[in-house]
Amino acid sequence: MAEDIRIGVFVCDCGSNIAGYLDCPSLAEYSETLPNVVFVKENLYTCSETGINEIKNAIKEEKLNRVVVASCSPRTHEPLFRESCGEAGLNPYLFEMVNIRDQCSWVHMQEREEGTNKARDLIRMGVAKAALLQPQEPIQSEVDPKALVIGGGISGMTSAMALANRGYQVFLVEKSSEMGGLLRNLHKLAPANVDAQELLAKQVEAVSNHENISLLTSTTINEIQGYIGHYEVTVSTNGVAQDFGVGVIIIATGAKVFRPEGLFNYDGKRVITQFDLEAFFRNKKFKADNVVMIQCVGARNEERKYCSRICCMIAIKNAIVIKEQNPETSVHILYRDIQAYGTENEALFQHSKQLGVRYIKYDQERPPEVQENAVKVYHHLLGRELEIPQDLVVLSTPLIAGEDNEALSKLLRVTLDANKFFLEGHVKLKPLDFATDGVYLCGNAHYPATLREAISQALGAASRASIPLAKGVMTVEPIVSVLADEDACRGCGLCVALCPYSALEIVQTEKGRKVRVIPVACKGCGVCASTCYQHALDINVYTDDQVEEQIRAFLTGS
Amino acid sequence: MLDAGRHAKINLLAYSQVEEVSGEVGAFQLKVRKKARYVNEDLCTGCGACVEKCPSTVKDEFDVGLGERKAIYKYFPQGIPSTHCIDAENCRQLGQGKKCGICAKVCQADAIDYEQQDQLVDLEVGAIVLATGYDVFDPSVIPEYGYGRIDNVVTALEFERLLSASGPTHGHLDRPSELALRVEIAALEKELQKATRQIDKLEEKHGKKTAEFVKEFKAGKAGEDGDFERWAGLAEKAAVAEEKLAPLKKRDAAAHTAKKLAFIQCVGSRDFRFNRFCSSYCCMHSVKEAMIAHEHDNETTSSIFCMDLRAVGRGFEEYKLRGGESANIEYVRGRVAEITEDESLNPIAWYESTTTRQVEHETFDMVVLATACVPSAGTPKLAELMGLKLDENGFFKTDPLAPLDTNRAGIFVCGCAQGPMDIPESVVQASSAAARAAEVVSMAGEVAVGGS
Repeated sequence: MAEDIRIGVFVCDCGSNIAGYLDCPSLAEYSETLPNVVFVKENLYTCSETGINEIKNAIKEEKLNRVVVASCSPRTHEPLFRESCGEAGLNPYLFEMVNIRDQCSWVHMQEREEGTNKARDLIRMGVAKAALLQPQEPIQSEVDPKALVIGGGISGMTSAMALANRGYQVFLVEKSSEMGGLLRNLHKLAPANVDAQELLAKQVEAVSNHENISLLTSTTINEIQGYIGHYEVTVSTNGVAQDFGVGVIIIATGAKVFRPEGLFNYDGKRVITQFDLEAFFRNKKFKADNVVMIQCVGARNEERKYCSRICCMIAIKNAIVIKEQNPETSVHILYRDIQAYGTENEALFQHSKQLGVRYIKYDQERPPEVQENAVKVYHHLLGRELEIPQDLVVLSTPLIAGEDNEALSKLLRVTLDANKFFLEGHVKLKPLDFATDGVYLCGNAHYPATLREAISQALGAASRASIPLAKGVMTVEPIVSVLADEDACRGCGLCVALCPYSALEIVQTEKGRKVRVIPVACKGCGVCASTCYQHALDINVYTDDQVEEQIRAFLTGS
Repeated sequence: MLDAGRHAKINLLAYSQVEEVSGEVGAFQLKVRKKARYVNEDLCTGCGACVEKCPSTVKDEFDVGLGERKAIYKYFPQGIPSTHCIDAENCRQLGQGKKCGICAKVCQADAIDYEQQDQLVDLEVGAIVLATGYDVFDPSVIPEYGYGRIDNVVTALEFERLLSASGPTHGHLDRPSELALRVEIAALEKELQKATRQIDKLEEKHGKKTAEFVKEFKAGKAGEDGDFERWAGLAEKAAVAEEKLAPLKKRDAAAHTAKKLAFIQCVGSRDFRFNRFCSSYCCMHSVKEAMIAHEHDNETTSSIFCMDLRAVGRGFEEYKLRGGESANIEYVRGRVAEITEDESLNPIAWYESTTTRQVEHETFDMVVLATACVPSAGTPKLAELMGLKLDENGFFKTDPLAPLDTNRAGIFVCGCAQGPMDIPESVVQASSAAARAAEVVSMAGEVAVGGS
């Protein structure tokens, strides 16, 4: 080895968290016997100011070029130790952490001797690996401060406005000739009690007049290449293609309404959907004395298991509209569970009951039957069948995933759920992100949402997307995959298919098809390195050599 | 949490309260009281040596009173900042005027500071986001459910702690009645042990077995000695304790963990006497809790009593169905009218099943109340301080078309502070509130557009 390896080992007592259960002085003594170790120190708390200063001084005075800390979890303390090494002039990636607390002293509280032996093994392995560590530099990549928002419904427009108001240039792409999405077909909106068309007109005007928004209607997306910070987008507007670059992408493609062909005698005239009813209202075509609404038509069944979240509220809202027009009109809602979650929805539900809307629960096993002038339904509480007269039946149907979702998900390499809605990165912690950085989602593209929820998500997606835009430069920790052996790579693409973060691509090189790592997108998970048949890929701080050396050190014993 | 704690641009003021707000969007001035924690955050390493040695034990709020903590404590293990705090009221040194100082002695980082005072911190900010959360409805105001009177009727939050591997029962569903029983047994055993120790000494001193002595003493033949009255008293005490212990121990030996569970929905929600609104997330947490209880012990069966089972998010309906198919969950449509208790301290739920149209009752091992999400206690005060409107339910008022905006420009509200919602929705709202805040701050020209 060309370089003279000088390793310093710091053994932390963590008060009594480690020293109370393991023999720390003996661990320190043992560390002195390990290869390349030139300095050892036991600290009461390595993370305290005193401990950190001891690391820094030793780096300078003892000319350490590798540091090993045997203490707690890297999750909490590795950044601090790395930073401290950096401050003392040592590359932060020449640091190795050994977890002898969470994974040793805490689990072996009753076994002092065995626990101490295990800590010895762990330290020996850490030291072995440390000797092979190489300096790494942070990966930086410029971010093109522009955004692409796909979908011109209320979600897309809201996201676009939020980003544009902060000074970023936004390309807002809508495939149809008009903006507005589903909202275009709606009448009134609840609980805001505003006219959908008025709201829409206002929003479309704001978007159209915003100097930072390029509005592209009748536009489809042909191709998207690149990664966070650098996307090359090709779109075609009425057959005319154009290219532009953006740094981030928001998916706001919405959803479509399920048409209940063949269900409950649906004919679009006497038996219609809630969506049709909205059109009846808008065109002043609504005329009925006895309205019966049926919930969960085409939802919560074998074919489509999910609950579409918003249909109950649409039915309640439209029932209120009918009752407000004419209190004499009878409205029955046949439901399975009324999904009036939250404060506003439940208040509307109760209001509708006060207006005289009747609710009858039906059983999935005994669904209502639409007859010529009545709907037959089994009433639970009465325990018998009722015949409710009707001259209009309204079916509440779910929102279903847009037909372009599959193509778009392939283009952006983001995932869809079983129902073909876009699937977020983490159900709780990353509801607006994908596993792939740089792409965000909101509104019905994610899952059916109320207007309030869609607006909230759209603002949230804009917020997430604005982070890389505001930073201008993406700085990524250099724990990434590297093509260590280019000649070995056969360009088979297995790693590309398995990468959860779209951080790999196959490129044509002088030597043929080879994989290329996009470091800024890579999270260093190691899936590629561990599946590569040719051992061409490696994770730079967990190289095969380093891991093998660790295993060898373990097997050698103390 | 850790990310927030470590972020270079986040200045975390934990254990602090806003006292004054003035100014307007783009330039708010705040006074924040940073309460004395009697521990120097910068020195404390969070090692917990002080907790180990602290002699003062009180009920643990984080375990909803089911477990215990010390007077010097950390609200929960993963708390950020990772430091401790002395609960002055229960501290011998600070609150009880006793000489103690043990924590200061054992702290090797010299972080304990009994002299620490509250600090007033001045802040200048462009926008404010309220994320003050909610409180859990107190079900003891519903007498027919017997909460507080019937041991084995618990709230969902208490049940969560019982289910938690790091909770007071390490995830085993021990019933509160048995937990209380064990406390009683332990107290009696301690008393018995104390008496026995003294008795042993007396036996040795007088060279006589207690049984023999008691016989003589009762017959008036024991003679005269200063010890005898006390000895007889101790013997009596020990006998009483033993007598009391026997049936308690028998009960404890026969006890089993809760296997038959009932979940009651809409406790304090959709109830015109208390809150008219739906608390949104309780249907799903009941299904989840029933699922976890079943995972922990697959003999567990659960009945969820509800009006509507509101499973409206992605995968929720599927999850609910899976609970019914593979986790022994039965969904019963009916509102429980009353809970009574039988001799074995089992709760009995009385209800009208709307599917069978009969008044029915069923005995359970434990009943879990899905309590409502109510505005947090400090909401009215904060609203007054900031000049904000509340809605008819007492949450911060927002507009459906501007879901994060309050009535005051530059102040935004997210999460359950504006009404009940689940975690994903709260996280979404947190991002959206940040977007709104960033928008007003950048538009007010306080921050260069485009950031760095």
